[in-house]
Amino acid sequence: MDYVIPVILSAVALYGLIRKVNIFESFVKGAREGIKTVYVIAPTMIGLLLAVGMVRCSGALDFLTSHLAPFFERLSYPTELLPMAILRPVSGSGATALLTDIYKNFGADSFLSKCASVMAGSTETTFYAVTMYYGSIGIRKIRHTLLSALLADLTAMVMCVVTVSLLM
Amino acid sequence: MLSYIFAGMIICSLIFAAFSGNITALSSSVLDSSSEAVTLLIKMSGALCMWSGFMRIAKDAGLTEKLSKLFSPFLKKLFPDVDEKSEAFSYMSMNFAANLLGLGNAATPLGLCAMKKLREQSEDDEATDTMVTFVVMNTASIQLLPTTVAVLRRSYGSSSPFDIIFCVWVTSALALFVGLIAAKVGNRLTGKRRILQNRRQVYRWTM
Repeated sequence: MDYVIPVILSAVALYGLIRKVNIFESFVKGAREGIKTVYVIAPTMIGLLLAVGMVRCSGALDFLTSHLAPFFERLSYPTELLPMAILRPVSGSGATALLTDIYKNFGADSFLSKCASVMAGSTETTFYAVTMYYGSIGIRKIRHTLLSALLADLTAMVMCVVTVSLLM
Repeated sequence: MLSYIFAGMIICSLIFAAFSGNITALSSSVLDSSSEAVTLLIKMSGALCMWSGFMRIAKDAGLTEKLSKLFSPFLKKLFPDVDEKSEAFSYMSMNFAANLLGLGNAATPLGLCAMKKLREQSEDDEATDTMVTFVVMNTASIQLLPTTVAVLRRSYGSSSPFDIIFCVWVTSALALFVGLIAAKVGNRLTGKRRILQNRRQVYRWTM
């Protein structure tokens, strides 16, 4: 697994040399574009991470999970996964923190940990992506983007339990 | 839309913090999370520059066209409004390829470039059908190897951290499918309304 990235980089560099590209000049040009991207997305990121940090600290998330728990128990959905399921579309690092929490409490090879891992591996930080993609080009009316994306997340949140129960 | 989400999150957290007595933690988190955001940006800017540098090499060497060709039959069906030979299409297919390989830091700048190109084709500040489908595709995970999760599981003592891979494939494929179907159905529903409006205008003109 550790080979993947170095091999890709070497392959690209070698391919560039074979095609007679001035690869270092190309690299510098690309890296300059990269730093420009950082410059463009920085204000959006700061705004979003600020709001996410506030929601996490305020106890709103705990409130939501504790009140939704009885309903999800009836659906036989493991309540231990709820905080992560709620946080996943909003904050990638926050969800990772909750994922390690589940590993720590239940063991990395437990049923819950496997479900949580599948959820983490098959979803993205939806709000971050939507904000980033539209924010960078100044689109304000996003139509049904968020709804469709959250439906996909919901599917992953249900299917991670279903697949781990059936296939493992 | 984004303004409402932003305001909603901030106001909700104030209300909840006031009721649960977390107001001290909330006020310190305001400063902490903004500086954390800058730390994260500095941390990721190195990797971002590295990937965009190497992607530039790949692009200058003509790798873009090759990858585009590989995925174009699938993407052509998904994005019927985008010209196959346009720069937007090649950025989109490169973004797809980078996502597939799990190169999140490479996929994002490519995706943003694609959005910039798509923006040039639209007049107002409303998302086009293509934009909606493309963003939804990027909010779903199409990563072949869930490396980050596997690394984490390994560090917490898992004996075979990649044993979940088949479940990840099934789950993410289904999630992507549902997301794309929802995007397409939404495009159809909201698109119809616009055609009707246009027709009404044409009708008015011919009257």
